[in-house]
This record gives sequence, C-alpha cells and structure tokens, in this order.
Amino acid sequence: MPLSTFRIFFQTGAWLIVAFLVLPLLVVVPVSLTDTSYIGLPKEHLSLQHYVNYFNSPEWLHATWTSIWIGLVVATCASALGTSFAIGCWFLSDKASAIARWVLITPILVPPVVQSLGFYRFWVKLGLIDTSAGVILAHTLLALPYVSISVFAALANLDRNIPRAARSLGASVWQTVLAVIVPAAKPGILTGFVFAFIVSFDEIVGVLFITVRRVTTLPKQIWEGIQDNIDPTIAAVATLLVILTLIVTAIGALRRT
Amino acid sequence: MFRNSDKMRYWALILPALAIMVTFYIFPVLGIWEIAFTEPTTGVGNFVQMAESSAVRTSFILTFRVAAITTLGCLILGYVVAYAISNFAGKLTPLMLALVILPFWVSVLIRSFSWIVLLGRSGLVNDTLRDTGLIDSPLRLMHNEFGVLVAMIHVMLPFAILPMLTNMRGISDAYVKAARGLGASEWTAFRQVYFPQTVPGVMSGALLVFVLSLGFYVTPALLGGGRVLMISEYITYQIQEFLNWGLGSALSVALLIATALVLLIAARFVNLRSALLERK
Repeated sequence: MPLSTFRIFFQTGAWLIVAFLVLPLLVVVPVSLTDTSYIGLPKEHLSLQHYVNYFNSPEWLHATWTSIWIGLVVATCASALGTSFAIGCWFLSDKASAIARWVLITPILVPPVVQSLGFYRFWVKLGLIDTSAGVILAHTLLALPYVSISVFAALANLDRNIPRAARSLGASVWQTVLAVIVPAAKPGILTGFVFAFIVSFDEIVGVLFITVRRVTTLPKQIWEGIQDNIDPTIAAVATLLVILTLIVTAIGALRRT
Repeated sequence: MFRNSDKMRYWALILPALAIMVTFYIFPVLGIWEIAFTEPTTGVGNFVQMAESSAVRTSFILTFRVAAITTLGCLILGYVVAYAISNFAGKLTPLMLALVILPFWVSVLIRSFSWIVLLGRSGLVNDTLRDTGLIDSPLRLMHNEFGVLVAMIHVMLPFAILPMLTNMRGISDAYVKAARGLGASEWTAFRQVYFPQTVPGVMSGALLVFVLSLGFYVTPALLGGGRVLMISEYITYQIQEFLNWGLGSALSVALLIATALVLLIAARFVNLRSALLERK
C-alpha cells in the first residue's frame, strides 16, 4: 500500500504514544541498579545493592508476602461470590437482576477516598481496623465488579437452550449450574480471578485508611517509602514487579496465538 | 417462563454477593451522608462552611480542570493509537496492542513513582538536560499541575484506548472504501465517514476517564506534592490533619453528587450499559 501523509501521521503518532506509555515504566530499571544511595542513574558502576537490600529486609519481604496471600484469598472469595452472582443474573436476565448488576459495580464508580472513609467508619464499629480480615473484606468488595463483569461477558454467547436441555433431561438447577454453566464460564472466571488478585495486590487508598501498623501490604510499604525518603529499594521492587508483569503478559500473549 | 421455585434458586445464587455488597459497601458509603449532616452538630453547617470556603471552591475548580484536560489529552492520544491498531494490519499491530495493555497491569503507584523518578528536581529529565548543557538550574516539572497532568494522562490512557478499540473493531471498512471510490481523499473519508462512526467509542472512553479522574487520589497526591490539592486529597487532608470528619464527609457527598451528575448527563450521549456494565 502506498504511504500517504495520512498513514504516516497515524502510524508514527501511534508508535510515539505507545513509547510514552511504555518507556516511563522502564526508567525504574537503570535506577534500581544505581550504586548511589539516592534515586538517580548509576554513577561509577552498576550495583545490585538495592536488590540485596530488598531480599534482606524483613519489612519488605513481609509486606510482599502479606499482599500475595491476601490477594489469593480475595481472588478466591471474589471469584466464588461473583461467579455465582453472574450465573444467577444470566439465568434471570430480568429487570431486577439488571438492577442487582448495577449495584454490584458501584465500587468502580465511587471515588476511592470516599469509599475508604465509609470503610473506616464501619470497620471501627466492627473492630476490623488493622486486621487482615478487614483488608480481605474491603478488597473482596472492590474486586467483585470485575469478576461479575468478566463472568457475565463469558456467558453472553452461551446458548440458552443448552441449560434447558440439561433441565429437561432431569438435571436439577444445581447440577445444571455446576456441570453446564460453570464449564462454559471458565475463561471468564479465570480472567475474573486474575483481575481480583491484581485489584487487591495494587490497592492502596483503602489500606491507608483501614490499617495502622499491624497490617502492611506491599503498596503501603512503597507509599510510605515514597513519602518518607525516596530510597532506591523502591526502584528495585518496582523493577521486579514490572519484569514480572512483562513475563506474565508475554506468556498470556503467546498462549493466545 | 421459569417455575417460581427455579426463580428462588437463581436468586439464591445472586444473594450472597449482593447482600455483602449492600451491607459492607453501600451501607458504609451512605453512612458518610449521615456524618455530613450530624458531625459536629446536626444540620447543614458543614455544607454552609463548604459553600463559603474559597479553598474548597479552588479545589473543585482544579479537580474539574485536571479531569477535563486529562480526558481531552487521553482522547486525542488514545484515538491515534486505537485507529492505528484497528486499521493498519501489520506484523507489529499485535505488539502494539500488547504494549497498550501492559501498563494496565502495572500498579498506578509504580507508574506514579516512575514519573517522580523522571520529573523530580534531580530526576532523569532534569539531569539529562543539565548534563547536555541545555539548562543551568533544574526545571520545575512536578509538584505542580503540569506534573500531575502528565502522569494522569499516562495512567488513564489505556482506559480511553480500550473502549475506542472495541468500537472501532465493529466498524466495517466498506463505507470508507465507498467514499474513497467516489473520489474522497483519505482525510475527507476519515473526517466525514469514519470519524462519525467512532463517536460512541470516544464518548465511552471520555466518560470512563473523566469519572475516574474526578475521584483520583494517588497520582495527584504523589506528583502534586501537596500543591495540587484535588478534591480527594483535600478530603483526606481535612480528616487526617484536622480530624474534621464533618467537612470531609460533606466534601465526599459533594464529590459523589458531582460524579452522579456527570453519569446522568453522560447517559444522554453514552450507552452506560455498554460503557460500564458490559465492558470487556
């Protein structure tokens, strides 16, 4: 195809914008290898001292582990609740269930600070402040919309006659759900699980409000690190996370092709 | 139709998630309204104080301005990327799509941190400019609206690109081909035939970015350095520094109402169902 100014404009423009999206994520890599004790590019030589620091710091490791296990619990709870919810709504597909779906996605629309204030006041009454259970409950609520949306999307193309056939052959509602609908919704459930884990793993504003000292997640540790002193250990953590994301995205992309 | 007992069973599937959401989310968020009207004294005192405060007004105007500029920036930049991905079939197109989705999975906190590293007083941009002799003293690139806007656009851009992509995927190239066959130039065909078909996608992207930007906290708080007080940061400031729960809650109510109004107005132009509920 001939290259017109139109095509050149959109093609180069798009690549420049993609560079703007991706390159800033990579600046943490050289900074994490700095031999200085402040944020900056390496001066004399490359150094792994900030990685050593991360792997030797009980605080950083503990925060990382907290985020991982809380994320897994949240993803499990949210996937179970959200899948059951989406399947019920799919069967009904009436006005009342549409309203229920709107109710379930409110956490996407309410500003994080506003919902965190609500959590804080209510969690004080329930005695959930600064407990893992409190964080798990809050994160499950924030993750539910994503699970419900992705499971519902996976069911959108499912032929309604299939569960009907199962029922007319004598299967109960529960058997139909477990043997027919859940397998069909599996890709959506898996996406929902990953989404839920990431929502919990990255969540910061809620954690800042509902935890004090006993529970520290990785984002909170990073947040406090940025506020107090910008220590290059954060760059090392950021690099590890960016590389992990790159690997997971690459595997995902390869599996799809 | 279903038998009634079946209907009950379907509701039994829905109920656990719905009950938890209403009890532990909707109820606490409504609780904020109560605080706004009852602390420290019962009445509309907090709202009067809010309406009279020029700091609050400044913060609201700032919030809407930042959200509007972020939205506009994301739409223009996002459109070019979405257009290139959907219309230029090349070997690198899947790579471009993957690179657009990648930042989505990196936390907002890390992305904001990257911008601090880049834009700080002795950040990479200033250091590079000084080493090459272009400037003598460091430029002020963050702790101001500029820094907040750059990072906000970076964080929000994928939210604008994805709805536009979904929309553009559904557009048949037959119309543009017909226009070209009838003698329209590439630009004219784009402007008069292609662009109008993408307006729904643009609107969905705009709504998503604008609503999310209105309530954004992390990026403005980190890049603004306390000098760009958007409403969310103003609220935490009231509560954490002054323990002023009444005013903080009143501001939260105002922010909630503002968000709801934006959604109501948007409902006239955007299919909210496909923009939010059936988002891919």
